[in-house]
Amino acid sequence: MIELVYFAWVRERIGEARESHETNAKTVRDLIEELKQKEERYAVAFSDLNTIRVAIDQDLVDMDSSIENAKEVAFFPPMTGG
Amino acid sequence: MKISVQAEPFDYGALSNAFAQGHTHVGAVVTFCGIVRDDELGGLSTMEIEHYPGMTEKAIKAHAQTAKDRFSLAEVLVIHRYGSLKPGEMIMMVATAAPHRNDAFQGAEFLMDYLKSRAPFWKKEIVNGEPRWVDAKPEDEDALSRW
Repeated sequence: MIELVYFAWVRERIGEARESHETNAKTVRDLIEELKQKEERYAVAFSDLNTIRVAIDQDLVDMDSSIENAKEVAFFPPMTGG
Repeated sequence: MKISVQAEPFDYGALSNAFAQGHTHVGAVVTFCGIVRDDELGGLSTMEIEHYPGMTEKAIKAHAQTAKDRFSLAEVLVIHRYGSLKPGEMIMMVATAAPHRNDAFQGAEFLMDYLKSRAPFWKKEIVNGEPRWVDAKPEDEDALSRW
């Protein structure tokens, strides 16, 4: 079981900020595919992966990173701080 | 090193003064503050800033440490606000102290470039009553390549 967290418009499109998820996915990319198959709102949120950033346990990672041992996976748009 | 991610306003003058005092091996202090800007001729009513509690502090701390090592900074201060802000309000500040000014300037610029696109903050503008997420600019990403 991993915790999925969403921010900004990814959160708005999915309609929740956080959820627990049982997965067989090995990588971030697989996990996104799995979510997209699950429900339309995930397919909408993840329609363009160029606009998605990912963090595993609060460290930025790329799409092919392993989610093995991950406790929390966060999805969000490119950051706009400063 | 002092990092603060907070909803409350901060006193830029007092913090800058305090930051510049008490060093004997520091010859230069650079301070910068970012302000909510209305590009919409009065149309921007609110800027909402969302962040990722925990990761935000962790990411800023890591970049501040990198800046400190790379530019031989004696001290670094980063404050970044979240929540609902009005045009003219200060969003964030960075201060760097170094023996020489070039390092203090470069350290501050390095930190600003990284805070823009590597610290988990997202801005949403309310313009003429309509909310819209601020898109990241390609030039913000390009700015990182010079470091």
